[in-house]
Amino acid sequence: MSALLPLVAQGAMSRRGGRVLVGPVDLRLDGPGITVLIGPNGAGKTSLLSLLHGTARLSSGSITWACPLDEARHAQAFVFQRPVMLRRSVIENIAYPLRIRKVPRREALARAETAARRVGLGEMLNRYAPLLSGGEQQKLALARALITEPQVLFLDEPCASLDGRAMREIESILTAARASGTRLVLSTHDMGQARRLADDVLFLLRGRLHDSGPATTFFTRPETPQARAFLQGDIVE
Amino acid sequence: MVDIWNGMTQAVWLMLTLDPELVEISLRSLRVTLSALLVACTIALPLAALLAVRRFRWRRGIIALLNALMGLPPVVVGLVVYVILSRSGPLGVLGLLFTPTAMIVAQTVIIVPLIASVAHQSIRELWAEYHDLLISMNVSETQKIRTLLWDSRRALLTAALAGFGRAIGEVGAIMIVGGNIDHATRVLTTAIALETGKGDFGLALALGFVLIALAVAVNLSIHWLGRTERGDRW
Repeated sequence: MSALLPLVAQGAMSRRGGRVLVGPVDLRLDGPGITVLIGPNGAGKTSLLSLLHGTARLSSGSITWACPLDEARHAQAFVFQRPVMLRRSVIENIAYPLRIRKVPRREALARAETAARRVGLGEMLNRYAPLLSGGEQQKLALARALITEPQVLFLDEPCASLDGRAMREIESILTAARASGTRLVLSTHDMGQARRLADDVLFLLRGRLHDSGPATTFFTRPETPQARAFLQGDIVE
Repeated sequence: MVDIWNGMTQAVWLMLTLDPELVEISLRSLRVTLSALLVACTIALPLAALLAVRRFRWRRGIIALLNALMGLPPVVVGLVVYVILSRSGPLGVLGLLFTPTAMIVAQTVIIVPLIASVAHQSIRELWAEYHDLLISMNVSETQKIRTLLWDSRRALLTAALAGFGRAIGEVGAIMIVGGNIDHATRVLTTAIALETGKGDFGLALALGFVLIALAVAVNLSIHWLGRTERGDRW
């Protein structure tokens, strides 16, 4: 598999019905680590993630990976804020991306079982996935996204409406994924989580990339007044 | 009341003694309808999934048409199939008229729209649920269709059973294209029509009860095979 990164977006913009959802955005993603995407509600975090992932329509500008788009689409994964559960058992859900890639059933199930144990779902392999709790569903979604060993993983507020324990478990899965070389791009509402996970930060405001930088400097000395206000907990619009 | 009572006793008697003629007619009914169901499902289920997944120009029109054709009058279907299969018709050379195959064709035509419509409704809902995930995973169209068909299999079973119910109880079309020929194309419904016409209400009712029993038995066994209403699911 050829390298996916760097990802370069130039003037990338997504519109729907004349309304700009996000953009124009210029950014460059490279190397390992966790990029955290923050910003007030409606700033376009979800739109930007799906635009980079390639599921939202690019109205203008360009988004280029270091390899052809077809390969790029197969080497990345996306975790939704509200996980989508296939109406199957836990293990069948996790094995699904492998089955799509024509991995033999036996091998796919074996790998899915290992992946399920890694995220702590080893005891519920044959449970019906749509009946799992919110935290369990999100862990399943993570295991399913990571099983193809994507080079880039997008996560749209993966811990929204989860309790502390589920959040702790999910964050440890994410840091483990970072350690194994996956590039993570994660949007979040939770500034505590942003501080815990971020290697670098993108601050989105009104559809535009307003401020960005390495986590160490961004959280201590944000350059723009809006980012400073947002980090202090003020309402920014 | 006497007629109904007579019919029931006669039905029980016919079934207990495994009356050879009754067995033959019942088996033919089953064979014709199950074959029609199999063919219809092979056409209707992928069609239903395709209509959910792919956006093309005539999509809405086809869905509306299928919904409308659910109420297709069997007599008219029988007539059209008759004309096509008759000796002077376009497929006359096949010599299919007044054979069980002709009956299978007619029943298939009748139940394809029904199965496709009912199946499409549930597949569409499932697709709305799965859409973002499958798009994100870059799943090919064939894989989408297979995933949707597999994961909505219980709803599809219901669609198939509705089709079975319509086909097994259908008399107008198969009477025309089959001709109700003894030992060749006589099935339960056409036999009932015949016996009623002859005034043999006892036998007609007996056949009717057998028909109902058959429909119930097939439904129950398919449910049992599909393991619906069991275990911790649904």
